[in-house]
Amino acid sequence: MKHSDYDVIVVGGGHAGTEAAHAAARMGVKTALITLHKRDIGVMSCNPAIGGLGKGHLVREIDALDGVMGRIADKAGIQFRLLNRRKGPAVQGPRAQADRSIYRSEMLKVTEAQKNLWIIQGEVTDFQMIGETVTGVTLSDGSEVTSRTVILTSGTFLRGVIHIGDVARPGGRMGDRPSIKLAERLDEFGLPLGRLKTGTPPRLDGRTITWDSLQSQPGDENPSLFSFLSNQTHAPQVACGITHTNERTHQIISDNLARSAMYGGHIEGVGPRYCPSIEDKVIRFADKTSHQIFLEPESATGHTVYPNGISTSLPEDVQEEYVHSIVGLEKAKILQPGYAIEYDYVDPRSLALDLSVRSVPGLYLAGQINGTTGYEEAAAQGMVAGLNAARQCLGDEPVIFGRSNSYIGVMIDDLTTNGVAEPYRMFTSRAEFRLSLRADNADQRLTPLAISLGCCSKARKVVFTSKMEKLECAREILTRESYTPKKIGESGIRISQDGNRRSGQDVLAFPDVDFEDLLQLIPELRVVSEGIRRQVERDALYANYIDRQNREIAAMKRDEAFAIPTNLDFSSISGLSNELQVKLRLTMPHDLAQAARIDGMTPAALALILARLRRDFKNQERRA
Amino acid sequence: MDTIFALASAQGKAGVAIIRVSGPLAHNAGTQLCSGDIPPRGTALRVLRDNSGDPLDQALVLTFVAPNSFSGEDTVEFQTHGSIAVVSAVLDALSKIDGLRLAEPGEFTRRALENGKLDLAQVEGLADLIDAETEAQRKQAHTVLSGGLGQLAERWRRDLIRAASLIEVTIDFADEDVPVDVTPEVSALLAGVQNDLEHETKGAIIAERIRTGFEVAIVGAPNVGKSTLLNALAGREAAITSEYAGTTRDVIEVRMDLGGLPVTLLDTAGLRDTEDHVEGMGIALARKRAEHADLRVFLVETDEALDVQMQAGDIRLLPKADERNGSVNAISGRTGQGIDQLVSHISDVLKLRSSDVGVATRKRHRDTMNSALTSLSDAKNILQNGPEYYDIAAEDIRSAIRSLELLVGRVGVENLLDEIFMSFCLGK
Repeated sequence: MKHSDYDVIVVGGGHAGTEAAHAAARMGVKTALITLHKRDIGVMSCNPAIGGLGKGHLVREIDALDGVMGRIADKAGIQFRLLNRRKGPAVQGPRAQADRSIYRSEMLKVTEAQKNLWIIQGEVTDFQMIGETVTGVTLSDGSEVTSRTVILTSGTFLRGVIHIGDVARPGGRMGDRPSIKLAERLDEFGLPLGRLKTGTPPRLDGRTITWDSLQSQPGDENPSLFSFLSNQTHAPQVACGITHTNERTHQIISDNLARSAMYGGHIEGVGPRYCPSIEDKVIRFADKTSHQIFLEPESATGHTVYPNGISTSLPEDVQEEYVHSIVGLEKAKILQPGYAIEYDYVDPRSLALDLSVRSVPGLYLAGQINGTTGYEEAAAQGMVAGLNAARQCLGDEPVIFGRSNSYIGVMIDDLTTNGVAEPYRMFTSRAEFRLSLRADNADQRLTPLAISLGCCSKARKVVFTSKMEKLECAREILTRESYTPKKIGESGIRISQDGNRRSGQDVLAFPDVDFEDLLQLIPELRVVSEGIRRQVERDALYANYIDRQNREIAAMKRDEAFAIPTNLDFSSISGLSNELQVKLRLTMPHDLAQAARIDGMTPAALALILARLRRDFKNQERRA
Repeated sequence: MDTIFALASAQGKAGVAIIRVSGPLAHNAGTQLCSGDIPPRGTALRVLRDNSGDPLDQALVLTFVAPNSFSGEDTVEFQTHGSIAVVSAVLDALSKIDGLRLAEPGEFTRRALENGKLDLAQVEGLADLIDAETEAQRKQAHTVLSGGLGQLAERWRRDLIRAASLIEVTIDFADEDVPVDVTPEVSALLAGVQNDLEHETKGAIIAERIRTGFEVAIVGAPNVGKSTLLNALAGREAAITSEYAGTTRDVIEVRMDLGGLPVTLLDTAGLRDTEDHVEGMGIALARKRAEHADLRVFLVETDEALDVQMQAGDIRLLPKADERNGSVNAISGRTGQGIDQLVSHISDVLKLRSSDVGVATRKRHRDTMNSALTSLSDAKNILQNGPEYYDIAAEDIRSAIRSLELLVGRVGVENLLDEIFMSFCLGK
């Protein structure tokens, strides 16, 4: 049986896959999402939470591009908290516990309803190729699905091995049979692979936890939602519990360390330092007698609880013992033991900035296969791959996200420039332009792009345009006139009488001045609505710093203008050290700015590359 | 596009020095410095003045109009007298003009390249130069500043990484078991770096190096006549001399003019194994000072092993020439034998070296340290407002680190994360 031709095939229905499929479909190209089972679409295989610091920024950016993750998370959210609520808006990150089953069913619903998007249930066993180019996939029943591009979002399936104590069995999210064949095919492509690991804690039955004895962590009173289109929560709201490990817990773990997969020497992959197993914590921070555990309900109605903070690869009986040593969990029933999973990833330096595999035309990779961790990181990559696969089909130039316009750009640049040494997770500290790349202005940064790309719904465009008009109006009132310090002082604002005239915008930049303080000075501002007031305040807060950052951005943009052709032979540039040549070949930087960020790059080497670019450009001009 | 300036001729003392200004504001800058018109394209003889109108030097001013210049941009070149003081004053005057900044290593070349003024062969040659210059600057930062800068910079790096990581842990791991208020520790770390920087920028070493000159250490075993030699050179009894070995326990400094160059002579405690605690401290100090001096004069026997490493340009002589018979390459403070040769030898070496000490380089260091200082003091002020403003404090610390990049090396996110994960148990 042969399915009809698609433009884009997305393999995998996780967070990268769904976002990729939706992005491509919104761009108007014929898209197929191939998943083993419909019930796997939008499944959260690790902890049931979306967002957080850096991650919340990514979800907002996905939403600003009209993606699905933010909207679905708002539907499924059962406890919303804005992290860093008391710090500056640049570092505030929205986060929510999500109801696993609502998330899955809502994701399936929007996926089935999406125009240009078809769901195919099946196991992908191989790629179809014409020469070096991927032209579709083969399913386990022998059927073929052809397409112009394929996005592989297969998570941890590449030679995945699950460890519980000294018991190891092959397993990834997609099952074993197809993965081996597909892995072999990837081997043939000769892509550089590495090995990583990650872990999960045992899942507990909430009915067997004595909640009364525990501290409770409720959500925010005024929930900060993810989507710029959402205005309320949908699911019932719950609280999380907090408990702690104790010295007995640590003793049990130390006594059984040799039986841990990790410490028993069964695992060679590198784990994330920000998500250590409980074994790691007990060994590396031996002086700490207690570690915090968040008891996160996986749904508002079900009973499964995710004890965040005790992921492990110890055998089941030890898990049982140490869980019972913890206050509140003395009688807790383990529904599913914790385990560690080891898997191969593709060195993301083999990808271009649009997430296409440089050496295999037609193939894109997104998500955990690129060495990242986290639903949000996966979804953001899915967005980039989906948009770009669609653009390739439409014959358009790739759309590149930059470090100066988004966390998405920061992540893609980090991955493709220097690769990964541990599973890559987003942090706000990774973004050097953090003060400008805020969760609150993700729409201002990216929705215009979505509109110009053609992946933005009418509804969002209307909401966005109206918001921008109101913002513009408020800014105009704020900058229209400037006032003497005397006048400003008379309106009740404390200010130094230095003789400098200031606009309303300038006054708002003082840390202790609120929007409301300006109302007496500039009565026209009374018409400005609450949401717009806060937005204007946030913009003013960082104004001076953003000016400085903009100068840095301008310098970076100059270098970005020097594109490096994908066929540039670095070994033919005499004067470049061998080490740099190797790094440059691995990364194949997109432009001079990216080349400058490669670890160990020198000013002299950049001058040589620039000289080559100039010469080639001149030669081209001469020929033309 | 910024307008940039720098010394374009070889650094140090020379007959003529060329200072180049390139970019859209070049002509403006030229007019300002000459306090009057200069031809848009051509040459003129003008008196250069600083912004208070005091004359700096008479200079030949060459003006070029884009694209017909080395860099392909509007350019003004000042050919001044080659004195280090003049060059330094002109660079200083230029840096006070709005919109102008000191060029980065290789930046003129890079602009020339971008504007299509160089061919590849030229660039390949220049790339080596840039490499050499970047490396030379790094080294110079360590030599021009006080001797211990290597360790100092290492401490700045460590403290700044620690300060930034403390702030970042409260931001990026806010939902975990981490401290909320790190203001006291961060403030203390920043204050430490700030003090050092203030000392370096205001204090002796950078600015005064040319004025106070070079350090020359006299090194040798006890009682070989180091102090006698120093006294002979200085022409007065600066160091106490006696026949007993181990008389000089402190490092004794004598400032003098050697062949026109300001030189500080260091008489160091004789190097030997000793049981005497105080003398032992003196010897340790002597070793350190001698190692960090610009030049060492060794008074040692031909076959004697050296405790202090001999460095390029160092002078090795036989001591107590008066007790030897017709020994060449020997010196005596008591009789004055060999002193004239030593003086001319030292001044030859130092003259050569003074032409290597880049005025621009020192100026760059001072500029970067000053801008780092501003950022650090901004950061400290904002920290007082508490965790609510940590995002802004972090930005100021980042700016400070960027300014000090040449000294402390690049500090990346990975460095911060390493520090964070080493210090805190993170991860739920």
